[in-house]
Amino acid sequence: MDDEKVLTRHLGAPGLTTVGGYEKVGGYQGLRKAIQMGPEAIVAEVKASGLRGRGGAAFPTGTKWGFLPKDVFPRYLCVNADESEPGCFKDRVLMEEFPHQLLEGVLIAAYALQVTHAFIYIRGEYRFQRELLERAAKEAYRAGYAGKGVLGTKWDCELIVHGGAGAYICGEETALLNSLEGRRGQPRLKPPFPAVKGLYGQPTVVNNVETLSNLPYIVTEGGARYAALGTEASPGTRLFCVSGHVERPGTFEVPMGKTTFRDLLELAGGVWRGRQFKAMQPGGGSMQVLGPQHLDVPLDFKAVAEAGSSLGAGALVVMDDSTCLVDVASRLVDFYRHESCGKCVPCREGTYFESELMHRLEAGIASRAELAELSDICANMEGRCFCPLGDTATWFVMSALRMFPEEFESHCGAGRCPVRAGSEVAA
Amino acid sequence: MVEADHTDALNPATLARIRQMRDLYPSPRSAVLPALWAIQDELAYLPAWSLEVVATELGLLAGDVEAVSSFYSMYFNHQPGRHQIQVCRNVSCGLRGSDELLRHLENWLGVEDGGTTTDGAFTLEGTVECLGACGGAPMMQVDRFSYENLNPERAEEVLTKIRNSEPRDLD
Ligand SMILES: Cc1cc2nc3c(=O)[nH]c(=O)nc-3n(C[C@H](O)[C@H](O)[C@H](O)COP(=O)(O)O)c2cc1C
Ligand code: SF4
Ligand code: FES
Repeated sequence: MDDEKVLTRHLGAPGLTTVGGYEKVGGYQGLRKAIQMGPEAIVAEVKASGLRGRGGAAFPTGTKWGFLPKDVFPRYLCVNADESEPGCFKDRVLMEEFPHQLLEGVLIAAYALQVTHAFIYIRGEYRFQRELLERAAKEAYRAGYAGKGVLGTKWDCELIVHGGAGAYICGEETALLNSLEGRRGQPRLKPPFPAVKGLYGQPTVVNNVETLSNLPYIVTEGGARYAALGTEASPGTRLFCVSGHVERPGTFEVPMGKTTFRDLLELAGGVWRGRQFKAMQPGGGSMQVLGPQHLDVPLDFKAVAEAGSSLGAGALVVMDDSTCLVDVASRLVDFYRHESCGKCVPCREGTYFESELMHRLEAGIASRAELAELSDICANMEGRCFCPLGDTATWFVMSALRMFPEEFESHCGAGRCPVRAGSEVAA
Repeated sequence: MVEADHTDALNPATLARIRQMRDLYPSPRSAVLPALWAIQDELAYLPAWSLEVVATELGLLAGDVEAVSSFYSMYFNHQPGRHQIQVCRNVSCGLRGSDELLRHLENWLGVEDGGTTTDGAFTLEGTVECLGACGGAPMMQVDRFSYENLNPERAEEVLTKIRNSEPRDLD
């Protein structure tokens, strides 16, 4: 597909990870233009772009920025680079290949919101990427794009790269704030929302890496042009991570709304080894499973919601016909059990019971009565947890149980996995 | 009783880094995670006395610092192997053979999941956390680098190279 690209438009240009290389392709012109436009005009442009957050919740970015109370300072910007959603690796690509595009986006947002401290919270496992960003930030300071008196203006902006230390929950925005304040990374009660009372109790915006990486384009080319790349309901482009049983896994930037899951699958070379498609998980580990009947659903927020899932953080995990859905569900539940922050009972205890049961089911030693309990456990979690992690710990399991009931039932008392037992192991 | 002063036990550069971090943030407490990282970079783990150093430097109680350090899975309270191997076992890796890879490495290194080899070179861990390299599944992360599209032979090759080379410089 030769559609216009936004995030990856400079792919392959030499020296992109340095200020000089990035300037050669027009880098930091967006920041210059933004400063001439002034904060209000930037916010208006972002609203016109229709950009919606790429961190998972898809909240309109311009609207979120508009929630900051007027005249309350200092305000803070936090960049969510915690990327830990199973199946997601796009923010990593954006940081490794285009670090200055991200920094320029951060600085544009910081100027629009009139903040003097922008924090980039990056997951602990991305140690190499953290150092890359630290180096890029240092360069941006030296070139006058960050620090005291940015580009000769009176505006000061510190860029602080902050490394996490291995906790998925720190991607949740209020847990991220606690972690950044030097506390245990547990979520806070909302409201108040971060826009009103965030970091150090001050108005704060939290935005995802990909969300902000779009800003240089939106400012230089205009919000309307960005919007027109996608459809009215799903404006712009998005970077999707395709993995699992495909020939060529990777990240693909595609127009929203106009592209279908089947197109994405084709970009990734189709199902591997000539096997048949069985199921897919869009959005990352937190989202509901979809089947072959959904392959022609467009990458549109509403259409995917109607199909019973979500685009979440922009991932697509493909499973071929040798896959055991009980095995996949069990892996995901193990993940949530491990990552539950322990703050509330339904999630802390629920993920424990859920995973114990899934292990028994996977091993073929659970009874049918126990399988019935699985739905009970999930029903007691969903809607009763303090933050979305607990809810999402039930979504894949429940959706897989609904879509493939016989697969779950056939495990009961089978003494082994009846799906994988027949077929040879994937590797 | 006079508490032992452990600040001397740290490399002056580490201490300087902690103080620089303390002054960088609007609130000194924000420097807890960076301070713990600085110490772990030097010592490979966080002995109890080091938490007291962080507390003193940032004006906190040692208990506050421990409550934080114990929450995060990447801070160690005991000496790990010289290199940490993490084999991702989340879905995308699982679909492409991560369990077989982990089993193979357990046998080849002669350790169980979570153990350290007798020569102290490697700590091996299978993790349920997705390590953000699903496009190259199955993968393992060794220290800060990820190695992707692995099969048992390629993983052995990578680890042999690492075992035979000096520990990587941290800067
Ligand atoms: C358990 C959990 C984990 C999350 N992890 C991330 C993450 O790793 N990266 C991210 O950008 N957003 C993550 N989010 C969403 C954030 O809370 C927040 O909505 C997002 O950073 C806002 O940025 P955006 O509006 O630009 O999307 C997570 C949410 C939850 C509930
Ligand atoms: S739902 Fe889970 S992760 Fe969220 S606050 Fe409760 S225990 Fe913590
Ligand atoms: S599932 Fe293994 S790196 Fe993402």
